[in-house]
Formats: sequence, C-alpha cells, structure tokens
Amino acid sequence: MTPSIADAIISCDNVTVNYGAFAAVRNVFLDIPRHKVTAFIGPSGCGKSTVLRCFNRMNDLIESFSMKGKVLFNGKDLYDPRVDPVEVRRRIGMVFQKPNPFPKTIYENIAFGARIHGFRGDMDELVETSLRRAAVWDECKDKLQESGLSLSGGQQQRLCIARAIAVEPEVILMDEPCSALDPISTLKVEETLHALKKNFTIVIVTHNMQQAVRVSDMTAFYNAVDAEGSDGMMGYLAEYNETKEIFNNPKSEDTKEYVTGRFG
Amino acid sequence: MFTHKKPPWTEKLVDRAFIHMTSVLASVVSLTVLGIFFTVGFQAVFQGDVSSLLPWHQDSIWQGIAAWNDEETFGVRWGAVPHFGLGFLANSSWNPVRNDYGALTPIYGTLMTSALALLLAVPLGVGTAVFLTEDFLPQKLRAVIGFIVELLAAIPSVVLGLWAVAMLNRFLAVFTPLYAHLGWLPFFSTEPGGPNLAMASLILVVMLLPIITAVSRDSLNQVPMELRQGAYAVGATRWTSIFQVLIPAAISGIVGGAMLALGRALGETMAVTMIIGNSTNLSTSWFSPSSTIASLLANQFGEADDIQVSALYYAALVLMILTFLVNVCAQVIVKRLALKYD
Amino acid sequence: MTSNMTNAMASIRHPPTASGLNYNPCAPRNLWNRAMNLLVALFALMAVLPLVVVIGYVLYKGGGAITPAVFTELPPAPGLSEPMGMGNAIIGTAMVTGGAALVAVPVGVGGGIYLAEVARKGSFAQSIRFGVNVLAGVPSIICGLFIYALVVNTRVLWGESFSAMAGSLALAVLMLPTIVKTTDEGLKLVPQELRMGSLGIGASRFVTITRVVAPAAVSPIATGVVLAIARAAGETAPLIFTALFSPFWPDWSSGGGLLAPTATMSVQIYNFGIMPFEPQVQLAWAASFILVVMILAANLLARWLARFSAS
Ligand SMILES: Nc1ncnc2c1ncn2[C@@H]1O[C@H](COP(=O)(O)OP(=O)(O)O)[C@@H](O)[C@H]1O
Ligand SMILES: [Mg+2]
Repeated sequence: MTPSIADAIISCDNVTVNYGAFAAVRNVFLDIPRHKVTAFIGPSGCGKSTVLRCFNRMNDLIESFSMKGKVLFNGKDLYDPRVDPVEVRRRIGMVFQKPNPFPKTIYENIAFGARIHGFRGDMDELVETSLRRAAVWDECKDKLQESGLSLSGGQQQRLCIARAIAVEPEVILMDEPCSALDPISTLKVEETLHALKKNFTIVIVTHNMQQAVRVSDMTAFYNAVDAEGSDGMMGYLAEYNETKEIFNNPKSEDTKEYVTGRFG
Repeated sequence: MFTHKKPPWTEKLVDRAFIHMTSVLASVVSLTVLGIFFTVGFQAVFQGDVSSLLPWHQDSIWQGIAAWNDEETFGVRWGAVPHFGLGFLANSSWNPVRNDYGALTPIYGTLMTSALALLLAVPLGVGTAVFLTEDFLPQKLRAVIGFIVELLAAIPSVVLGLWAVAMLNRFLAVFTPLYAHLGWLPFFSTEPGGPNLAMASLILVVMLLPIITAVSRDSLNQVPMELRQGAYAVGATRWTSIFQVLIPAAISGIVGGAMLALGRALGETMAVTMIIGNSTNLSTSWFSPSSTIASLLANQFGEADDIQVSALYYAALVLMILTFLVNVCAQVIVKRLALKYD
Repeated sequence: MTSNMTNAMASIRHPPTASGLNYNPCAPRNLWNRAMNLLVALFALMAVLPLVVVIGYVLYKGGGAITPAVFTELPPAPGLSEPMGMGNAIIGTAMVTGGAALVAVPVGVGGGIYLAEVARKGSFAQSIRFGVNVLAGVPSIICGLFIYALVVNTRVLWGESFSAMAGSLALAVLMLPTIVKTTDEGLKLVPQELRMGSLGIGASRFVTITRVVAPAAVSPIATGVVLAIARAAGETAPLIFTALFSPFWPDWSSGGGLLAPTATMSVQIYNFGIMPFEPQVQLAWAASFILVVMILAANLLARWLARFSAS
C-alpha cells in the first residue's frame, strides 16, 4: 500500500491514537520523505491533525491523548520515555491553522525561538533571513518594532512561518496554514513553500485539492469509517502515494471520489 | 385584513415607570458613593452631626459660616482638617489627653502591612494560578484546589483574626530567632512579645491570596491556547512559555488583580485590628505593635468624642482617598494593558 | 508481521545514532524547569494550607463548643460561666443580614437591570459602572462610619441611635456593588435573540425584561445574591458602630427589635474573642463555627445554582 521511500525522515509504525476511550485514528503506517513536501488530505475529523501533532509531540498538551505504535524520527522513536519533547519540537517546527504571532514585536517574534536555544550569532541578520525566506520581509522591514498583531492575516501567517524556520528545524508541520487566508495570501504562502523545500521537509494538511497538487510531492489520503462500538468516526490512512498518482491514478474508489470532488 | 392595534395607554405608562424606576435605583449607587465622600469629608472638617447641614436646623452650620472665623460663635465647630491641616499626615502623636492628633503611625502601618502582604501574596498567588492553569495535575483535581482557594476568600475576616490570636504564640516562636540573629536590621529590632505588625501582614497574605489567585487564574485561562502552542512549537520549555508568553499576555489581569488586592489590604479591618496591637507609637520594627488607619478607626471610634471623632474621620478620609486612587489605577491599568488578541 | 518488517527496515535505513533528542536531566533549562515546577507546587500547597488549617481549627474548636444552649441562651456575664448561649446573636445576625438583603437586593437588581438592559453603553451608564467599582473598593469600616454619621449620630430613625436597622443599612451599602455587578453580568449573558424575539412580537420593554430576559438570567443573579448575603453575614467592621452589640435578647417593643442595639455573631467574635474570659472565648469559637458552616453551605449552594444554570 505504501510506496517505498528511500530516505524517510519520519516514519509512522502502526500508529493508533485515542482521545480518552475514543479512537480517533488507527493503524497508520507512513514514511515521510526528506526534503519533500507531503500533503495530508481527507474529510474533516479523519485524524489528519491528530497524526500531524504526533510528529512533534504537540498532543502531549491534550490530557486525554494516548498513542500506541511508534513514530520514528531519523530512526529514533519520538515516544521513547527518554526523549525530551522540547528537543523534538525544536527539530520539528509547526505552523497552525490560525496565525498565532506572540503579542510582541515582529522582531521579537522571530528572535524568541533563536534566543531560547542559545543563538549566539547576529540576531538582526537571522531575523532578516528568516523573514526573507518566508517571503514577508518586504512587508515588514520598516516596522520590525511594531506588534506582530498589527500585520494582516496573511502576513501574520508568513510571520509564523518565519518564526518556525528561525530555529532551523529539520521538519515543518503545517496544519491547514491557508484555511484562514484570502487567495492572494494563500498564493504567497505557497510560493514560500516552494522556496523552503530545498532546506526543509514539509508536511502540510490541506482541504484544498489544487493546493495539494500545486505544492506537494507526496499525498496521503485519510478517510474515516463508522467505528463499531463507538459513537464517533474512526480515521485511517486510506491511500498514500506520489501526488500525481493520487490525483490521476488513484487505487481506491474512495480516493477517486474525494479527489474529483464527488465525496459526500 | 390586519388592523394596527394600539397598545393600551396603561402599558406604556407601566413601561415608562419601570424604566424610570431602574434608573433611579442605579443612581442610588452613585449617590451612595458621593454621599460617603461627602459625609466623611464633612465630619473631617466640622464637629457635630450632618443634620446641621439643613438650613432650618437649630444649629445650622450655615449661620456659623456667615461668621466664618469668629472663635466665639463658630470656631468650636471646626473639625480636624482646619485644626491640623496637612501636618496631620506627618504627625506621629495621637494624644487624646492633649487633643493632639496625627495619622503618621497608622498611615505608615497601613502602607507597610499592605506592602509586605502584597510582596508575599503576589508571587504566591500568581504561582498558584500558574499551577492551576498548567497541566501539573488532572483537570478535576485542579478544579477542586481552585474551589478550595475560592472558599478561603469567603471566610470572614473576624474569624481569621480569631484564629490568628489563637496562633499568636506559635508565630512568635518563629519570629524570635529572626530577632535574635537579625536584630540589627531596623525591621527586626524589637523582641516579638505580643500582637505585632508582622502578624497583621501574614494574616493579610492569607486574605489576599485567593483574590490574586482567582484573578490571575482567570486571565491566564483567557490566554488563547494557540499562543501556548506557538511557544511550544518553537521548542520553548514550559517555563519559558509561562514567563515569556503566557504571563506577558495575561499581565493586565494579573496587575489588575494585585491592585484590587492592594485596595483590600489597605482597608482590611477586623483581622488586622485583632492582631496588630493597636499602638499609636511609631516604630520601624515589624515585631512591634502598630496600627493601621482601619484598625485605629475600629479601635478608637467607640470611645472618641468631639475633635477626636473628627480626627478619626480625617484619617478615614485619607484611607478613602488611598483606596480610591488604588482602585482607579487598577481600572486604568487593566484597560491600558489589555491584550488585543482575538 | 508488517509492523516488524517496517520496523526492521526503518532501523536499517537509519542506524540508531546517539541522538541529541534525549532528555538531559542536567541541562540548565531542565534543572530550572524542575525547580520552578517544585516551587509552584509548593506555592499552591501554601495557598491551600491556610484554608485547611483555619477550617479544621474552627471546626475543632467551635464544634466542641456547640451545645443546644448555644442556640437558646444568652451569653454569661463576664467572669461567670453560666449560661453559655448566644441565641441573641444568632437572631441578630439573621435580622441584620435579612434587613440588608431586603434593601440591597431590590436596589441592586434594579440598578443592574438599568445598566444591562436600559442604558447599556451610554456615558451615564459608564459613570454608574465606575461608581459601582468605586463603591466595591470602599473599605467596609468606612461603610460603618458613613451610616454612623448619617443615621446613628443624627438619630433620624425614630430618634434611636444604634440599631439593627442602621446595621442593615451599612451592610446593604457593602452588598450593593456585588449585586449590581452580578445582575449586570448575568443579564449580559442572555442571548440577544431572546430580546429581539420578544420585542419583535410587540411586547413592551417592561414585559420583555421581567418576563423574558430576567427569568433567563435568574440563576447567575441568584448565585451572586447568595454569595453577597453570605459575605455580609460574616462582616463585622460595618456593624461595630451601627448595630453595636447587646448582651440581651432583642427588645421587641422597640420597632420589633429593629430599633435597638443588636448583637450579631460577627461582632460577638470580635468582642468576646479578645476577652480574657474562657467562656466568652468559647462562645467566639462557637460563633465562628456557625458562620463558617453557613458560609461553606452558601458557597456550595451557589455552586449548585451555577451548575443548574449551565445545564
Ligand atoms: N483534543 C481533542 N480531544 C478529543 N478529541 C479530539 C481532540 N482533537 C481531535 N479530536 C477528535 O479526533 C478526531 C480527529 O480529529 P482531527 O485530527 O482534528 O481531524 P482532522 O484534522 O482530520 O479534521 C475527531 O473526531 C475529533 O473530534
Ligand atoms: Mg484538522
């Protein structure tokens, strides 16, 4: 079912996630290739965000969360009890659905992460490169000392991307980063993704088929079934392949229906 | 065919009367505030009762004011404000025999007990609030602890005072080594032997804790979850995110809560009166008996007459102005620092 | 089977490295985090401890002093140990607090309705809200001095000076801001559609407010009122110069007991608690016990009311 990935940076090995007694997503096997963009698509509630949050242990913040299986990062189990989740999150950054800049200046938003990790270099330079790589430098170079909240929604989101790359992670997780943005801002963020691909591995959740086609190399289609003996839907990984395969030559009927927009 | 049916005129009248009634009731609040300031101010400036303000009163002060400075006819009616002027605030003697009154000791006691209490209660309260908003314990247990702390706010201050009196000797045993080893510090320079200022401050801490904890907890809870996630996502540790993101985002509420608590500390009466010793001698030592404005009022008002009553109202006026300023500052700070994040 | 396969493949592809992902218990930031965790846990313990200790002590000391006589007898004269009662103070607290509620609840709820339903955002409403906040910050002893100057000293209440009624007025001043605020905030929680719906079918504002909006907000308002009354019952400072104290039963001939100096439990704790006579101190503990139990019960009731509204 899963294609062979020569150089996987993250691998899910039979991952099943529960929130309390409720199984949100089950039996996920998945290899994320290095320096590629992987898209997660599928109807809402099928566990895309849940799986994504397993990659940087963001789910630790949710009290009812529990996980079975393994998530390997460069071959190392992220859920090994000896692993420090803080260190994991430094290596695997995240950008959220809603732009969430800190209520600090634009400059401080970028410098924050670098500073807490003991960055010793030229901070001004780091701020500039990060903002440039996130394609938002031109819009904020004249107001670095203004609050990050003074930017528009699309600019805020790119500021958050800049904030994520400023700590030099290996992987950037993006959970529907464009769903709160207008089409123009969305295009700008997509351009940013293309530029970032060379240095980072990106995993992006999206509801927008065209976006998945435009930005991703690999696509994972998640689906949900009625779980027996439970009141909710249980998510699973339905199909995972190169993006062009998923969209042009899907193996399963469900995938076909979803990518052609005939899904319920 | 519909006809527009006019409501009966009685309905309109009831409506109008109701609206007017609520506005009158609302005005009662403002009138009460003005009344308090006016009455306390009046009693501080004049001796005698407020009914002499009525022009037809047999002793109406209006006749006296016509003869403004005439000692014989009116001078006896002047109260503490004209007698002692602003020197009242800097005079540390409170002598009913010589009728010489100054509020320096209770003002110092008020400020010192409040400052000490705040100094201890703010870190304790904010720390507890952090403990109750972070995932140290399961949500259920945290809710129980939060409820317990809220209950603490409901215990009457006189009961805390009674408890403090019963516990006095145990606390003195704690204070004594401080005096023995650090007695060269002016704050510890007297031997603790009975009710004292330090005890009063400690009881104030117990009273302020629930206020500060509750307000800080609410404002920390209002910080959007996304902000915390944002901090964690760049690899912040729990405490980096608390100190650099969560507390700054909640600072307006926290500072507002601390100011609110300060207002309460300045005016807190019963527990302090029962444990501070009510001495009007000025002493820098925290282990000496002292007094606050509120304890002075509670302790002396019953037996006071003439100019002493007026002097007590003068002290009350000072207390009112202090708490008023603190409360207004609290409101301004909350508005100023309020985080615009949605 | 599959799981084993993938696992094996993964470990071949990525030979396990001495990765820096592991938790380093000695890293400064981790030491600092653990120290802070410990510190706030300690703080929380210190915040909870006084309540547990105080309540425990009051229940222990006070519970032991509770006898049937406490409710039916008067306190002993100083130096004597018979009778051991405080029936007068229990009645007095009920009278004074009840009187205060009778004044403060209608005024406070009316004022709250005005702020939330009538004036809403105008400058007059803002000035009243400011007034409410200022009044909430006025020290309780000053409420007592205010009523003393206004009512006790001038003897406007039928020529009487210290009286239960004066005490009620002082407590009412204290309760007023809490009740206005909870009413104001409770009414603001009522969804706007409810008002629209009622006004839309031609109901007058009076009917809309009293029949539709206020009933929808009854439980937060009731919660606030219960808590305000409970707090007032324990207040002492406003009463020491208004209701004063009395070692006797209320004088029913004087305004039904309302126009004479009246004992209350809170003032009794203050007066008796610092006396050098053991029976009096015992009674102070007994009064503390009753007040604390009453206040805990009121808080639980308020919780229940609040939950009632949530469902
Ligand atoms: N914090 C949470 N607590 C409990 N259940 C959750 C939580 N987050 C998500 N879920 C549940 O897990 C399932 C998958 O959610 P999610 O991963 O957010 O789906 P997606 O991102 O694909 O829309 C949903 O049924 C959702 O209700
Ligand atoms: Mg999602």
